[in-house]
Amino acid sequence: MTEMADVATKTTEDLYQERVQRILDCVALKEPDQVPIMGPYELFPYQYAGVTFKDAMNDYAVAREACHTFLDDFRPDADFGPILAYPAKAMAMLDVKWFRWPGNGLGDNTMYQFVEGEYMTADEYDEFVYDPSHFMLSKWLPRSFGSLEGLAGWPPARLMMWFGWTGLLAGMADPGVQKALRNALDAGEELGRWFGSIGQYAQEIKAKGFPQAFGAFSWAPFDIVGDTLRGTRGILSDIVRRPDQLLAATNKATQLCVEYAAGAAGADLPLCWIWLHKGSEGFISDAQFKKFYWPSLLEAIEGMVEKGVIPVVYCEGDDTSRLEYFTQVPEKSVIFHMAVMDMKKAKEMLGDIAAISGNVPNRLLLTATPDDVRDYCKGLIDTCGEGGGYIMDTSALLDEAKVENVRAMFDVTREYGVYR
Amino acid sequence: MREALTAAIADIREEDALELTQQMLDAGEDPREILEACREGMALVGARYEEKDYFLPELIVAGDVLKAIAEIVKPLLQGDGEGADTLATIVIGTVEGDIHDVGKDIVAFMLDSNNFEVIDLGVDVPASKFIEEIETRQPEIVAMSGFLTLAFDQMKNTVAAIDEAGLRDRVKIMIGGAPMDDTVTKYIGADAYGTDASAAVTLAKSWVGGS
Repeated sequence: MTEMADVATKTTEDLYQERVQRILDCVALKEPDQVPIMGPYELFPYQYAGVTFKDAMNDYAVAREACHTFLDDFRPDADFGPILAYPAKAMAMLDVKWFRWPGNGLGDNTMYQFVEGEYMTADEYDEFVYDPSHFMLSKWLPRSFGSLEGLAGWPPARLMMWFGWTGLLAGMADPGVQKALRNALDAGEELGRWFGSIGQYAQEIKAKGFPQAFGAFSWAPFDIVGDTLRGTRGILSDIVRRPDQLLAATNKATQLCVEYAAGAAGADLPLCWIWLHKGSEGFISDAQFKKFYWPSLLEAIEGMVEKGVIPVVYCEGDDTSRLEYFTQVPEKSVIFHMAVMDMKKAKEMLGDIAAISGNVPNRLLLTATPDDVRDYCKGLIDTCGEGGGYIMDTSALLDEAKVENVRAMFDVTREYGVYR
Repeated sequence: MREALTAAIADIREEDALELTQQMLDAGEDPREILEACREGMALVGARYEEKDYFLPELIVAGDVLKAIAEIVKPLLQGDGEGADTLATIVIGTVEGDIHDVGKDIVAFMLDSNNFEVIDLGVDVPASKFIEEIETRQPEIVAMSGFLTLAFDQMKNTVAAIDEAGLRDRVKIMIGGAPMDDTVTKYIGADAYGTDASAAVTLAKSWVGGS
């Protein structure tokens, strides 16, 4: 029975439950009715819908409508929604220093990009570990947002014991702090509208029979420190220069990672996306991965699973040589998304432990033909689909691609990926 | 002391390397000896990277050490011609629209320490800038970097522009950054792709006959 035939005979509620179950079955390593397919999201749905990414980032209704257009035409089993169309207005109000986006340093249809830097300097590790909240508030926020520079004068909240609150609240009288807070209020209201739009979209697609794919986003602890605070050069050189402080920081970040993920608990599809960036093959050695990257990531994954969250470990680089480590995760509770991977080996090693997804190369979707895509996807289903446990998806978040190639990926999954 | 400096650089002992540099200068040794030790040390670092003994952490810190030593030593070398016998000139840059530089910097660093003259155009480099540099600097090789899929089309446009300017036959073009393969290389019209910094060095050497 194909998706399209289903649509005629089943209620949207039935279809919603079926789609949720299809993915949950994969996670439980049970054979679903067919290979699920995730909606590939980043720039692609907006290009498909014929809107510029600049417009999508500036007008939340435009973003929602574009995602609806994509959803209606491709019918993914779980949908990313407009969350990756970040709120340009709020970011402009805040004067974000580490981001370039369409209309702010980049062309109207160019994917936004991160500006690497040391937003925590090497000598600030101890400060971060001692009180991450105060560090983020008084150092990271002012460095990250021009309009919040005044928060550099924010007094540490930890010093409010007994009559310490007098000093804390007196600190609010600082003109710089007051100005920053006013700016934060305005931006906060704008961000509220953005989150409201995302929530609205989730309700709208649920009514159409589609679950929202991700209830939360988190990171590997090493990458929380690397992506947000130290930058690639910073954190990788810290492995050589200050290993103990780095380990203390990743240790601290481990519980933060679990907290980030906790928002997904209780959702029909309690998936949390976990970015993996700087621990891939080619970046650090096996010994470095074993010491600096994996123990905190495993602990974070275990903590998330304990909270009822399904971690979707998004391996954005080549992690074939890390598979041995991946086998240590709690069984039937995790999805490993593979960008660059020996998928046969992944199925062999993880087949009884965790679901796997992805691996349709983005370059193929841009440069190859529908037949090439069809062949590649069939190969993936043959290699990884047996007994369930595989979810079709692109290698990385999808930007530029030929529509006919994306369509081929969806079509072949539904024609060829049927179990019963 | 020169051997000790070479070893300190090769073993990524940052403080030792800087201390030895200062000691050599204090002892009145020729600054060119120090640069020679750097070159030998970096060759060892490069070899260990190619053997997958070293990874990016070691490359990054070794690069910092080299830069720090160069800052101390270079002012003492005014007037000296240096790097006269390089293997070839390479123009490198991240293509227009893409501002990723980590991979590009590492490739530039590895090429530089393998005796290529590297002209680094930075990130978000328009095709016209590549063409201008090819015309004025006469490089043998152009290396284009890009992390996003948008870079594929931009690389393709850049190669086409180089072709239109009548310069395509003068340079070999390598691409790197995002996951690539022969199909992408053909799509872009480049001569070859590389998946890491070692591959860039191997390719460059194979093109200009270095070893």
